[in-house]
Formats: sequence, C-alpha cells, structure tokens
Amino acid sequence: MGRVLAVIIWIITLLSIAMFFNRKWWFPEGISQHTPAYDRQFLITILVVGLSFAAAQLALGWAVWKFRDTGKPGDRAVYSHGSNRLEVVWTVITAIVFISLAVMGQSVWASLRLHDAPPGSYTVTAVAQQFQWNFHYAGADNKFGRTDPTFIDDGSLNFIGLDPEDAAGKDDSVTAALAIPVNRPVELRLRSKDVIHNFWVPQLRFKQDLVPGMEIKVNFQANKVGKYELACAELCGQLHFKMKSYMLVLPEDELSALQALPQEQFQARVAELLNKYPLETN
Amino acid sequence: MSVETHEGVHRHPAPTGFIRKYIFSIDHKVIGIQYIMLALAAVVVGMVMSLLMRLNLSWPTTNWPILETLFPSGAPGGVMTPEFYLSLVTMHGTIMVFFVLTTAPQGGFGNYFLPIQIGAEDMAFPVLNMLSFWVTLVGFIVILLAIFVEGNQGLGEWFAALGPSFRGGSGTVGPIGGWTGYAPLSALGRIAGPGQGAGMNLWAISIAIFCVGSLLGALNFITTLLNMRTKGMSLMRMPLTCWAWFTTAVLALLSFPVLLGAGILLLLDRIAGTSFFIPGGLYVSGILSGTNPNFPLHTGGSPILWQHLFWFFGHPEVYIAILPGMGATSHILATFARKPVFGYRAMVFAIFAIGLLGFFVWGHHMFISGMSPYSSIAFSILTLSIGVPSAVKTFNWLGTLWGSRIRFSVAMLFALGFVSLFVSGGITGLVLGQSSLDLAMHDSYFVTAHFHLVMGVASIFGMFAATYFWFPKMFGRFMSESLGRIHFWITFVGVYAIFVPFHAMGIRGMPRRFSSFTEYEFLRNVDPLVMLVTVAAIITIAAQFLFYFNLFWSMFKGKKAGDNPWEATTLEWNTTSPPPHDNFAGVLPTVYHGPYEFAVPGAPKDYVMQTDLEAEVPGENGHNGHKH
Repeated sequence: MGRVLAVIIWIITLLSIAMFFNRKWWFPEGISQHTPAYDRQFLITILVVGLSFAAAQLALGWAVWKFRDTGKPGDRAVYSHGSNRLEVVWTVITAIVFISLAVMGQSVWASLRLHDAPPGSYTVTAVAQQFQWNFHYAGADNKFGRTDPTFIDDGSLNFIGLDPEDAAGKDDSVTAALAIPVNRPVELRLRSKDVIHNFWVPQLRFKQDLVPGMEIKVNFQANKVGKYELACAELCGQLHFKMKSYMLVLPEDELSALQALPQEQFQARVAELLNKYPLETN
Repeated sequence: MSVETHEGVHRHPAPTGFIRKYIFSIDHKVIGIQYIMLALAAVVVGMVMSLLMRLNLSWPTTNWPILETLFPSGAPGGVMTPEFYLSLVTMHGTIMVFFVLTTAPQGGFGNYFLPIQIGAEDMAFPVLNMLSFWVTLVGFIVILLAIFVEGNQGLGEWFAALGPSFRGGSGTVGPIGGWTGYAPLSALGRIAGPGQGAGMNLWAISIAIFCVGSLLGALNFITTLLNMRTKGMSLMRMPLTCWAWFTTAVLALLSFPVLLGAGILLLLDRIAGTSFFIPGGLYVSGILSGTNPNFPLHTGGSPILWQHLFWFFGHPEVYIAILPGMGATSHILATFARKPVFGYRAMVFAIFAIGLLGFFVWGHHMFISGMSPYSSIAFSILTLSIGVPSAVKTFNWLGTLWGSRIRFSVAMLFALGFVSLFVSGGITGLVLGQSSLDLAMHDSYFVTAHFHLVMGVASIFGMFAATYFWFPKMFGRFMSESLGRIHFWITFVGVYAIFVPFHAMGIRGMPRRFSSFTEYEFLRNVDPLVMLVTVAAIITIAAQFLFYFNLFWSMFKGKKAGDNPWEATTLEWNTTSPPPHDNFAGVLPTVYHGPYEFAVPGAPKDYVMQTDLEAEVPGENGHNGHKH
C-alpha cells in the first residue's frame, strides 16, 4: 500500500509540475513597463514554490515507500523525539527564503503603487457602474469637467454626472472603451457609482478595485499597440460576468487626433478603432 | 488541583429519557456527534451546490430539464440564470466555511475528544456546551431559510411583511455577495439587484447567530483545557490535538466577536438606514441615494471598513478550519507510524506562532482594495513569515515518518493525504502573500485553488482521518477498511485533478465568481481544463457516497472494536468503546508519560500508554514524580 501511495504521490507531483511549466496556460504576453519585473518575480517565486513542492512530495513518497511496518516482533521504529538542531536549521532556512521573497517582491509593488504618475501623463477617469464601464476623457482643453452624483442620469446618458454648466466639461468625452497612448505614462483615476468593481486587463498584470466614495489613482505605461479585453474582477452583482470592455493602446498621433474630437465623433471614432485593431489574446 | 474538586463540580448523572440522552443532551460526546451530524448534513448541501456550479461552467447553454424541474425560476429552460449561479457561489462558500469547516473539526471532534484526552468527565460548562450546539443549529436553519426565501415566491412575499428589505423571491438559492459579503453590494438592499433582499438579511443574521454559538463553544474549550486536566496531565503531556483545539478556541474567542459586530452593522445598514459601509452619493439602478423611498439617503460610510472587519475575522478563520486537522494529523501519523511525534515542542510553538501571526495578516486579502500601499508591505512580509511555522510543521511530520514503521490504515492514508495536500495548497501562499504578485493573482482561480486545497480539502482530509481513526471509539465498531481505501484513492487523486488545473486557469487570468466565461477570448484556451475539472468533480463527489454508506452502515454492522484497537497511547484509548457517560466510569486516569511514546526501547510492547505506571521512558525522570 505504501508503495502504491508513493507512486501516486510522485505521479501527481510530476503532472502538476508539467502543468505549470507547460506554457500553454500561462499569462498572456505582458504589455506594460513593469510586466517584465512582474514576470521575473513570478517566475522566481514559482520556481521556489515548485522546488519546495516537489521536494516535500518526493520526501513524503519516499517515507511511505521505505518505512513500512513489517509485523515482525522486535522490528520497531527509531525512538526519537526530534532534534533541536534540525528544528533550528529548517526554521532559519525557510525564514530566510520566505522573507527574502517577500522583500524582493516589494520592488514591483513599489514601482506600481508608491509613485505618482510622472508629469505629462495621459489621464483618464474611469467610473464603473453595475455592469458597465465609463471612461471619461478631458478633451481638447485637457481639463476634466466637474462631476457630481446629482447630475447623473443614466436615462439621458450622463452616466458620470458631468455638470452641464461647467465650461471645462464641454469638450469632454465619455466612452465604454478605454483608449490610451502607447509608450507614454498613463494615469487612471478609478471611481465607482454604486458597488465595488475591479479593473483587470490581464496583459497589464495588475488589478485595482474601484471603490465607491474613493478615487484611486494607478499609473502604468503600455508599450504595445493593440486591443485588449478588460474585465471586472470583483463580484458586483447579477451580470458581473458581462461587465466587459476593451482597452485600446493607440499610437500617439491616433490618440491625439481622437482627443481633439467632440463627444459624438469621439465615440464614433472609438468604435472604428475597435474594429480596426484585432484582439490580442496571447 | 485535585481530582476531588473535578468530581464535586462537574459530575452529572447519566440521563435516562431519550430526549435528554440524544437530543437536548449535555454530554459532550453526544454534542460532539451532533456537531458532526450537522456538518455531514451541511456538507451535502455545499457539495451539491458545487456540482451545480460545475454543470453551469462546463455546459453554459445546455438545457438540463432536471434543473428546470427543481428550480423553475433559477433555471428557466433548464439553463441557470447568472444570479442563480452567483447565489450558489455565495451559499457554497458560506455553508462550507461556517457549517462544515468550523463545526466538525472543533465542535465535533474537539467536543468529543478534548475532555477525554485530558482526562475530564465532561466540558467545564455542559449546559453552555449544549447551548452552543443549539445556537449553531439555529444559525444553520436560518441559512437554509435564506435559500428558500429567495427561491420560493410565496415565502419571499411572506417575509416582506417584516419590512421592505425582507422581500425575497428573486429566483435564486440565497443572496449574491460571495461568502465575504463585500459592502456596499451586500448593504444596499434590493435596489442592488436580485439576491440582495431577504436572503442577504437572513445570511447576515445566520452568520451573527453562528458567531454567538462559536463564542460560547470557545469559552468552554479554553476553560476545560486549562482547569480540568487530570492528575499528571501537564500541558506538555497533552496530545497535539488538544493544543490545536485550544489554539483554535483562542482564535475563535478573539475573532468571532469582530464578525458579530460587523454583521450587526451590516444589518443596521440594510434595515435601519445607517451608513457604516455605504458612502454618500451612490447612484444605483438609476436612483440617486436619498431621492427615492427605495433608496434612502446614505452618507459617510466606508466599504473598506467592512473588509477590515471581515478579514480580521476571516483570516484567523482559515486557521480555525485547519488547526484541528493539523492536530489530528500529528496524532494519527504518530500512532500509525509507531513512532513519537518528531519535535513535539516545536509543533506546539508552531501552532502558537500560526495562531498569533494569523491575527496580523488579514490585510493580504486587501492588497488591491484601495487601502494604503504602505500597509500592504507590512502585511506582505508578515504573511510570508507565517509560512515559516507552517513549514516547520511539515518538516516535523516528515521527521515523524522518517525511520518509522508505518501501518497503512485508512485513517493513516488520509493523514498522509493531509500532509501532501497541506504542502500543495499552502506553498502557493508564497505567491499570493506577495502584494506585488497578488496584483494579477487576486480574485483569480489561483486563489480559489490555493484556499480550496489548503483550507477546504486538507481540512476535510484531516476530518476523514479523524473519522476513520476515532469511529471505533465513538461507536465500538470499525468502519470498513476496504470501502475506506476505495474512498481514499478516488478522493485523493480526484481533489488534485480538480484543484491543480485551477492554478493554471488563474495564471491565465480567469477571475472567480463568473457565471460564464464565454464572453472572453483570452480564456478560450482553458476550456479543456474547465471540462477536466468538472469530470473530476463529478467522480470525486460520487465517491463521497461510499463514505456516507460506510459511516452509517458501520455504526450498526461494522466489525466490533475493542478499547484500544489501534494500539494507541492517549487517554481516549484507556476507556471503553464507546466511553461511559462520565468517560472513565468514575475513576479518572492518572498520567505518567508524554502522549506519543511509541517504540520505547526496552518496553514490552511498541507503545507505552500515558497511564502506564510501570513503564520506564528515557528522559522523563524530571516528570516521574507521580509514580511514588
């Protein structure tokens, strides 16, 4: 029985490792400035994880393979209550490995979360609502119009509550898709009208909640032109699974041309661009 | 502390009537079995829900006529609605975490065996013990009511008499919010969509009731263990199971009150119009807060506050679920390895370290919540630190097996399975505990894989091991070993086949709590994995009926077991199977040895019981005073 168990444990171990190192089910290709660092940290961690996993399962398999009760009288286990030296050794080693991983990982975190967007970043405000994304663009004047919940009226398509009296908002546009420039820092200001949502583009390797009552800023730089799927990754109610949109990463000239357009033409142009670019899924 | 005081205070006569004996019993053994029965009933509900979820994920558009028959409004045309699926997600999680993983390991086996293993006649407060079970049962009835009040139109209408927020009947099997019930979705009421009415109120009420039951239980465990150990049972002679149950009780005592408070605040937000978790200026389903009686004015609340309160409870809860399994595994490994536990002291310290650190890591559930990015750094490093005592436990389990003489009973197989699964599930915490890597992994199937393996399946394996191991003591009969082996092999391979592919899906980017993945192109290549998981789940779930059959059949027809069928050492094996009402027939045992004295050189048998007056155990001179 012990040998069967050992073999099964080893087979499971092998298959599991094969699944991890079969690149078929891996991340889609990263497209932002910090994704190489993310992917490197992930790979280092998953190697440590894989090695520890394999070592522990191999050892467990070996123990059940080797140490069976033979039923012979007098054939007894080794009488030992342990070894303080071993306890110290493995405690110290795991502490060093685990805490080093935690400390190493902080650089990716810091690069994404501890720095404000550099000056000259392209800024978009995202206002999520149940099952729909609204992205608010500042327009030709580069100034966001004032918004207030009292102006929100989904019926007349003022989804984000733009103040009709505010001059800065006259040239603003709101679309369901996110359009950003390539190779230029982007700042997203994330807000929600109702419940918590989450911004998730797998190729960007980060998630961020959109919390009602808060404005959360994130910044990143995308470096590959294309169309990418954008999902809500925080349970937000009935049609959560359908709260989908796209992120368009555009060449700078295409984006500035878009930015100059008034609302209706802006929306039409975004629709054209969504057709123009094929979906990147790898 | 003398034996006499124990008797004076705690002896209560054996009841004679059926009701006092089996229903409203104050005997910890009966209460333990009641908790186990509750978990056995709850786990069937949770398991069937997971099966339904798998059906929907693998065949999202297929017509299942049986579904329409069973749930006419949840699956019209035999296809599940998204809200029906999400209510399954919520109830599966809630029922499994609270009514299975928190009841059986602690309330069930802990209740039955902690007093016996420390040589006491009962719990310190037997009536309180009975009360904690019945309060928990009420909590379970309320959570079942949450299913029916949403699923049944008539009942939903009837509940509406309690107030507008109590209207149900949205065609689901409960609320929609996940087991974490994040506000403000959970706080807004029916305006936020289906599954936010009566079901959510009852969900919150059920959780609050459950908290009260667990608190009463925790007080009892702590008092019993500290005050009622028999003569010679020093703390460091307690079986590791007792350390685990004790630490679990401390965690429960400190964490459940926080959830209780949070649950009450959530209910006030829902029913009384307060704004603990609801910020101002919300615009939901076309209505601005304060402009319509269906959506009263809310202002100043914090959604993140709910998350802090919930996870301050929620993370210790993970250890509440797994620590008793760790205790049982250590206990059973030593018994069937015929070898002392390797590093007993280190194991005790590790349990304590896990319990203590468990209170300082809740923030790793919130890295992407919008809380301060600086606190994430602290939480991240503390979280990876908690891996150290967990690894120490694994090393010591392997150390226990090294040089042992293993007897492969079914209990032992499940204990070995626990070690394997605990490693596999726990080790991915190294990924998720890093705030930077969590950026992409958060709320993905990678997380689902991690916690199902370590907190779900490993804990359940601990309970399976405990069941096969202690069944002879509880019922005086063995469970069938042949059926048990089949159950083990299918379950062990099955759970790996289910949960290992979850990691790959998560790395690919698959989010949790989606009722369908057909919308997303980048997820097309995981479809075969989704199908593999469903097939594995169906087989694994089917195999659990072997366990149920074995359990109930063996109660009446199993092979008769003696007092100490496994040749084990601790006090529960010093009494009859099953034990008498007062556990030791009026004579409390005296303890002379540590709990795991196997393979003692020079001893006539390969084990020395804790009560063995004659045996000489090396290195115990300092503690042998009781002998004379």
